[in-house]
Amino acid sequence: MIQMFAQSFVNGVNLGALYGLAAVGLSLAFGVMKMMNVAHGEFIMLGSYIAYWLFMLFDIDPFLGIPIVAFVLFLIGAVLYKLLFSGMVTFHEELKLKNSLLVAFGLFLVLPEVAKLLWTGDERMLTPSYSGSSFGLFGVRFGYVPTIGLLVSLAVITLLQLFLNKTYFGKSARATADNWKAAKMMGVNDARTYIITFAIGAALAGIAGVLVGLSGALTPGMGIGWTIKALIVVVLAGMGSIGGAFIAGLILGVAEAVSAIFMGPYAITVGLILFLLILMFRPQGLFARG
Amino acid sequence: MISMTKRSKQASAWGAAVFLLMLVPIVTLRNDVLSFLLTFFLYITLAQSWNLIGGYAGQMNLGHGAFFGLGVIISRHLWLGVGLPIPLAIMGGALAALLMGLIIGIPAFRLKDIYFVMGTLVFAEILRIIVYTNLPRASVMPMNYLTHYSLVPRYYLSLVVAVIAIVVMYVISKAKVGLGLTAIREDEDAAGCLGVGLLRHKLFAFTVSTFFAGMAGGVFAYYSVAVTAGHMFEHLWTFDAVIIAFVGGVGTILGPVVGAVFFAFLKQFLSMYMPEGVHVAVFGVLFILVVLLLPGGLIELIRKIRGR
Repeated sequence: MIQMFAQSFVNGVNLGALYGLAAVGLSLAFGVMKMMNVAHGEFIMLGSYIAYWLFMLFDIDPFLGIPIVAFVLFLIGAVLYKLLFSGMVTFHEELKLKNSLLVAFGLFLVLPEVAKLLWTGDERMLTPSYSGSSFGLFGVRFGYVPTIGLLVSLAVITLLQLFLNKTYFGKSARATADNWKAAKMMGVNDARTYIITFAIGAALAGIAGVLVGLSGALTPGMGIGWTIKALIVVVLAGMGSIGGAFIAGLILGVAEAVSAIFMGPYAITVGLILFLLILMFRPQGLFARG
Repeated sequence: MISMTKRSKQASAWGAAVFLLMLVPIVTLRNDVLSFLLTFFLYITLAQSWNLIGGYAGQMNLGHGAFFGLGVIISRHLWLGVGLPIPLAIMGGALAALLMGLIIGIPAFRLKDIYFVMGTLVFAEILRIIVYTNLPRASVMPMNYLTHYSLVPRYYLSLVVAVIAIVVMYVISKAKVGLGLTAIREDEDAAGCLGVGLLRHKLFAFTVSTFFAGMAGGVFAYYSVAVTAGHMFEHLWTFDAVIIAFVGGVGTILGPVVGAVFFAFLKQFLSMYMPEGVHVAVFGVLFILVVLLLPGGLIELIRKIRGR
């Protein structure tokens, strides 16, 4: 029994790290720009498929291909931002939120169809030689893929935190998040901050996409499920809290994995119901500042 | 006096359109034509009902599909399982959707803006998962129903429901409550200060909206030979309604109708020449263009062209 709990816990942590990583990009874009990108899951989907391409066409290991995927998604994010979202930055906050949501909704409709044209609707798998194998420790099985995935997530989150706290760009992004007018008066180039933040959000989605692709089947319609997961995590953590998003992801993953012991197929609804409760009773989230 | 003649002109145009549509089954019994028009009416009802809460009241409800799905499975069960006559079964499905709207609406309207959007989306996702897990099998019409299956009554039912939806939305939009809803959309705090009962207005719009979503579900339950419950709760139903309302002209009566015409024809046209699903991408692009460049939708475009 204890072993089963321990195994579920480990599985939950692996899954949760993925949730956290999937949500961090969304949280960053929301925190800095007050834009809600409901096509975030679509960026994750694109990341998976690009990793799939690299693996099938050029024989590049998915983990080693992560920088390439991140770079491609960074470019896609930057172009889409410039074309579709950059006109909204001057809008009143409420209107900006609404319009960004609607435009992202349009993207959410378009991108899966693009994926269907490029990769067909068939399920694809991203299976390097070591996928499926695992090692045992204290009677608990650790898969190679999820374990490396966990390390990758931790590394990415740590780098992102360092980037936001130590570099000039990171500081300007945080300043813009707090008060864009004041930041602008202090000489922060807000247009550049926005486009780079959005592109980094997309790149983070791409990295998450590689790990998602390694953990299950790839379909053009996989994005919405991940958007919903990311939204749940972002709300759990508090909108715009980046470190919190990762921890909230872990909480959600463990909650789902452990409740699966008792609830079977309904375990997925645990996260959703948790989400609604947080929304009702603590809308500022668990880890919000101030 | 001028506005009166304009209004009566409009009324007679609507009347003529409905009259012509009523004649269609007399002129032709082609299944493809009747099916196409029937789904077109269904789109009108769905988009029109979403438009009341999403367009007039400005509450972006992304859980609309759940109420449609509820209408489908409840009325289907009342009709085929319990054996009620179809009008009663549809009414039952619509009332179930209304009741669910009331239960969901009270907590959901504590949420504002983006939180309301996410809350309704997640609510629909929960129902979808529950229904998928519990009702995995398709409900197929029994043999004795199939032998007597005719599209004609289904066609008229769908038409009648769409006309009722349009008339009800028109009456609401002209009534005091409609003005209250528009006030809430434009500035919720100001509307509240001026004495508009916020929760009361929103709940009214929401329950009328979910009632008609349930009605649309009932029409679909009557029309469709085989129904997979889970598929009825897909977010696609919500998204179709949202797209149609926005592309046509959100927050107007004519908008969802124009949007539905456009949506139905373009979908049909694209499915003849393009791989399946391309119409979704085309509508995604159109949707983005409308949001960015033409917030009034197609009817604004038509007005601009005619005004020139």
